[in-house]
Amino acid sequence: MTISVFSLNRRRFVQGAGLTAASMMLGGLPEAYAQTKGGTVVIGHTTLRHLNPAIQSGQATGIPGTQIFAGLTQLNDKFEAQPYLAKSWEVSPDGLTYTFHLEENAVFHDGKPITSEDVAFSLDVVKANHPFGKPMFGTVKAVETPDAKTARFVLERPHPALMSALSPLLLPILPKHVYGEGDIRENPANLKPVGSGPFKFSEYRPGEVLVLDRNENFFRPGRPYLDRLIFRITQDPVVNVLGLERGDINYLPFALVRVSDIDRLKANENLTVTTDGYEAFGATNYLEFNLRHAPLDDVRVRKAIAHAVDKDFIQNKILAGHAKRLDGPLTESSPFYSAESLKKYELDLEKAKALLDEAGHPVKDGGMRFSLTLEWLPDANINSQQPVAQYLKAQLRQIGIDIVLRPNPDFGSFATRIGNWEHQLTMNGIWNYPDPVIGVNRAYLSTNQKKGAIFTNTEGYVNPRVDELMIAAGGESDPAKRKELYAEFQAILTDELPLLWTNEEPLFTLYDKKLQGLPLTVWGALAPYDEMHWA
Amino acid sequence: MVPVSALARNLLTSIVTVLAVIVFNFTLIHLAPGDPVTVMVGEMGGGDPELITRLQQQYGLDRPFAEQLFTYVLSVLTGDLGFSFYYNMPVLDLILQRLPATLLLVVSALCLAIVIGTALGVVAAQRPRGILSHLITVISIAGFSAPVFWVGIVLIIGLASALPIFPTSGMRDVTNIGAGIWGDTVDVAYHLVLPAFTLATVYLAQYSRLARSSMLEVLSADYVRTARAKGLPERLVVYKHALRNAVLPVVTIAGLQFGQVVAGAVLVETVFAWPGLGRLAYESILRRDSPTMLGILLFSAVIVIVANIVTDMVYRMIDPRIGARA
Repeated sequence: MTISVFSLNRRRFVQGAGLTAASMMLGGLPEAYAQTKGGTVVIGHTTLRHLNPAIQSGQATGIPGTQIFAGLTQLNDKFEAQPYLAKSWEVSPDGLTYTFHLEENAVFHDGKPITSEDVAFSLDVVKANHPFGKPMFGTVKAVETPDAKTARFVLERPHPALMSALSPLLLPILPKHVYGEGDIRENPANLKPVGSGPFKFSEYRPGEVLVLDRNENFFRPGRPYLDRLIFRITQDPVVNVLGLERGDINYLPFALVRVSDIDRLKANENLTVTTDGYEAFGATNYLEFNLRHAPLDDVRVRKAIAHAVDKDFIQNKILAGHAKRLDGPLTESSPFYSAESLKKYELDLEKAKALLDEAGHPVKDGGMRFSLTLEWLPDANINSQQPVAQYLKAQLRQIGIDIVLRPNPDFGSFATRIGNWEHQLTMNGIWNYPDPVIGVNRAYLSTNQKKGAIFTNTEGYVNPRVDELMIAAGGESDPAKRKELYAEFQAILTDELPLLWTNEEPLFTLYDKKLQGLPLTVWGALAPYDEMHWA
Repeated sequence: MVPVSALARNLLTSIVTVLAVIVFNFTLIHLAPGDPVTVMVGEMGGGDPELITRLQQQYGLDRPFAEQLFTYVLSVLTGDLGFSFYYNMPVLDLILQRLPATLLLVVSALCLAIVIGTALGVVAAQRPRGILSHLITVISIAGFSAPVFWVGIVLIIGLASALPIFPTSGMRDVTNIGAGIWGDTVDVAYHLVLPAFTLATVYLAQYSRLARSSMLEVLSADYVRTARAKGLPERLVVYKHALRNAVLPVVTIAGLQFGQVVAGAVLVETVFAWPGLGRLAYESILRRDSPTMLGILLFSAVIVIVANIVTDMVYRMIDPRIGARA
């Protein structure tokens, strides 16, 4: 036993020495060799449907999906597109044509080359099947394929958000020869995917484990560093955290931990706790007013409620300082966030009461003015929805608004109620995504009141000027002018308060201290792990 | 031995029961707010109503209730349990894939509960008013009353986290892929300890109480007094004469409990991330994956019915008086 282990080590050593000699002969060490190669990372993961991110959004499919599938570009930490499968691109001066040049030697895991036909096919699939297909690619009239390595996107009108929608999460490049036949929703390759990303599919046991192995033919030389990614699947988030503390799990993105546990986890010398790497998601939390419901249709009532809330208390006490207060529709990390145009509402109970008196809601017998029902989903935004809802009940009582708390039993019930506008008040939150066109517009466009669908304009907000601004900004190619349009958008919304934004939702990543090269760009865990390695 | 008419009557009532179960479950699931498409598209953070409508049409969810029910019953009668919206595969495949894990867990837990429970019951019956007997009663009742998920979490915190003796969750060490049959068996057995013990605590109380009372009854019977009067050693009286007769009700309960495999396993499988049917049931309820929910409910109804028929038949064989009355 001892002997065989020894001889294996010696063989490895000899191979390693040979490789070093060879690379030195080729002129210095390649950058990749500076990193420790090999090793396995165990990732704590949740139940997933299948492994085709083109037709399934969200992190359960997206985290392994971005390892299996490559995209045209990646975003850096300033939300700027960087080359990925597209080694370069040109944008025509009118902003209507984007020409992408694909990496010459990029191949799918089955060895077939990646062509512009695959790009055109993938875009069609996403446009038709992804929940954000239309806001992301609705303006793309056609994808022309002048040759196998050139893909030309022809747009109906300028659409600057396009560049942030080309990452592997949102536009994974699928091989047409695998996914092109029949109904894509029932394609067997959804459970046995073939992509071109740094890791390739190896084994999936539903409810138990997903294994991805190093893609030996990845077009970036020497990458990825790791040999294997193992996704340990569990439904109970607590079990994942315990597994991490024991060292069974090395990397836990989107860790569902309560802020009260963070200090304990930070005290663990083997672990790193971070909230970096979630900038592109822009996770928000807010109190939603159903504007179809009196007295919430009166802006004075909404402002009164806003003045009864101490957002600093929410930030510093409820969230223990792990997330920022939120005063408008955009999170602070968004390139279009404009602090100076936000109208902020600070705690002022007297002003709140005066506003309610003025709106014609005097205090009645029992000290209350009127009663409202506040809903939430206990599983969602675990650190803020329930605690903030309970805090609001206590605060609003002080200005004479009686709040009846109504937690929803599960997502199905919640989505149905809110989607059908059956609520008065609800805690809710959307992810803003890297561009407002993708994640923000849906909540405020008057045309996006779609009964039956949650995460739309469920509050029933209608303002033609706001619609105009969103549409104009979506088509504005000049970043400075675009930012101005969004500044006005933020000013109007924070003055009219269709929602009372309370806080950004803290998202945590926990990982083994010895793990290096983690993707902490704006897409975080939903970026390729080709640089991840063990120290 | 078993009259054919009784068997036929049993089968006929079973078929009616299964049909009633299908209709009842189908109706119940449709009463719950939210259909699978609302959840699926909602979970994706998207609200594209056209996508919702298109998927609802594709899955036939836009059809009238009666038509959906009729289509479902028809396909079940032809042996097709449908296609899972959420997991993208036939429901029958999904169930068969998860069944072995659940059987392993439930059978292990039942065996553990029967052996330990009966032993405790027998010990308690020998000195029904002794301290040991009271202690056993308290422990069994506590085990039965404590919520099983809580017991599971306490065991995880105690024996997997604070004292890292056992794994926290799962059925295998995920880094142990390709360990071979022997390595895999050891690995699964090691992962089985905590969940099986947790599930056993629920069953255990019933067996220990049952064994205790039935032992007490038997121990006061005439033939036991005769055996003692003959001067047989107490050990022989208890374990040979009395126990054999006392375990009969235990066997009955075990048969009935086996029928409820899925029900018992839901919480334990969820807490321990055990990849079985119970967890599948829980996940498909959260996702409103109606074909999977219906498939699992139907499957467990059939197991209950089969277990009952088998118990019934076994009774007829053991006790001829039942057959004579029928």
